[in-house]
Amino acid sequence: MSVDRTTGTAARVVAATGERLRRRPAWLAALYVGNARAVIGRGFRVIRNANWGIIATGFFEPVFYLLAMGVGMGGLVGVVPGPDGRPISYAMYLAPALLATSAMNGAIYDSVHNVFFKLRFGKLYEAMLATSLGPMDVALGEIFMALFRGFLYGIGFLGVLAGMGLVTSWWALAMLPVALLIALGFASLGMAVTSFMKGFQQLDLVPLALLPMFLFSATLYPITVYPGWIQAVIMALPLWHGVELMRQLSVGFFTPLTLVHIGYFVAMSAVGIVVVTLRLRALFLR
Amino acid sequence: MPVIRAADLVKTYGDFDAVAGIAFEVEPGESFGLLGPNGAGKSTTMRMIGGTLLRTAGVLEVLGLDPETHGPEVRASLGVVPQQDNLDEELRARDNLIVYGRYFGLPLSYLKPKADELLEFAQLTEKANAKVSALSGGMKRRLTIARGLVNEPRVLLLDEPTTGLDPQARHILWDRLFRLKEQGVTLVVTTHFMDEAEQLCDRLIVMDHGAIVAEGSPQDLIRRYSSREVVELRFGSDRNAAVAGELRALVDRSEVLPDRVLLYADDGEALLETINRRGLNPLTSLVRRSSLEDVFLRLTGRSLVD
Repeated sequence: MSVDRTTGTAARVVAATGERLRRRPAWLAALYVGNARAVIGRGFRVIRNANWGIIATGFFEPVFYLLAMGVGMGGLVGVVPGPDGRPISYAMYLAPALLATSAMNGAIYDSVHNVFFKLRFGKLYEAMLATSLGPMDVALGEIFMALFRGFLYGIGFLGVLAGMGLVTSWWALAMLPVALLIALGFASLGMAVTSFMKGFQQLDLVPLALLPMFLFSATLYPITVYPGWIQAVIMALPLWHGVELMRQLSVGFFTPLTLVHIGYFVAMSAVGIVVVTLRLRALFLR
Repeated sequence: MPVIRAADLVKTYGDFDAVAGIAFEVEPGESFGLLGPNGAGKSTTMRMIGGTLLRTAGVLEVLGLDPETHGPEVRASLGVVPQQDNLDEELRARDNLIVYGRYFGLPLSYLKPKADELLEFAQLTEKANAKVSALSGGMKRRLTIARGLVNEPRVLLLDEPTTGLDPQARHILWDRLFRLKEQGVTLVVTTHFMDEAEQLCDRLIVMDHGAIVAEGSPQDLIRRYSSREVVELRFGSDRNAAVAGELRALVDRSEVLPDRVLLYADDGEALLETINRRGLNPLTSLVRRSSLEDVFLRLTGRSLVD
């Protein structure tokens, strides 16, 4: 094995990396190299070999809810007022909420459980940060992988809705980018929260937080049934915004609140990415 | 220009000085060792060089840059082999090399042949598609070293490269590292094995309690801090101390360890003959060349491996 360490491909890439970094402000150069795609490439290489049965399990939960609540209980409930006031079937009311939940579940499974393992046991991020990757490259790459899973769940669930005849408007296509946004928000937040976790006991708290959020965030019925202060709490939580956004899209009816919902997820994603970057730096570049 | 320059380098954790103001330089192409017992501050120093640990005070330059402010740029030219293997268990052996290379932004057209070349170098060609969990300790170690070479680093940092390996695996590894040295790769090695330091290092610093206690080539250190030969005697654990007084009168320097007495002399055989003539009758005796272990004992009063 003979190697020319001054003119070979590696030397050229290293020199180009240095060149690019020197053009950036110093604070950014130490955090971000612009190579998150290498982290994403790693993620896809792992998924290729992974057990798809296990990946798919999380997808079925909202499908079961749709069948049990939407079809089963929907028969008793009949027709309810939609976002624009016009009456829609209960299944139609429920479906967009479950789509938002589906995107959330996918993103959370990956950004909490998988990330926790890689963080505490696999030493993956430690290895990554011994290369020329910066903490923000790792954060963006890993959040992308979690968001990808959320997006897959979202597409799958939308397919189920279409198959059941619950998709009636072309607006449904706009639900995909919105599923992406919701997944991004939860992936960023999920990884940020996970970066503070130290043991498996803390992981158990995640479903404890998610289940009530799912049940009470206007998924199954409007939040107007609650007293004002409970409504305020729910409106501060992310899932409600996702549910409302999806529901408005399902019938193509928008209000000024639509922008608030979108803004909520944009802000949540930005905060999450910053927190994850800083936490990775604090954990591995002390 | 030195590839690494440290001056007054300090790392403290609360009241504890892990590294207490050390200074050294590593020249290009050199094989440089940090020798010392566990807890001497070797790994701490290594991690500061890689920019994955922030220093408390002092100056540190790697390839002319501060690894703290230019982490990604410095690490682009480093190969890091950590004390504990951190291979990607979710990927197969060959994919570990390719994916790691991608982290440096290297193209696949370069990485595919490079991965095969490195697998051959690490004698793992047959294991290319093996899961990491199916590899032996020595194989994992070699794969980790191969991984550290994927970006053709100018400096390879090896933290305790052979700890936990059996003698055969160690010799294979030393051979591979020696070849790298011949190719002009700068090696920085931490170890608490004196034989490893003697095998691999052109020059080394001996560290203890976060400070440098000696610096030089292995031969140089042995010449300066020890005699040419050492006589090791065992009299049984009760008698070692009892005969020590009489033995001490025979030599300039001696060490009484719990299990044996070490006598330092230029002519070991002659000294052993004198001892036998006096009827001291050791249970076992051994005449050997001085090693870095003796240097360390002289400098700190303790042995390297407790």
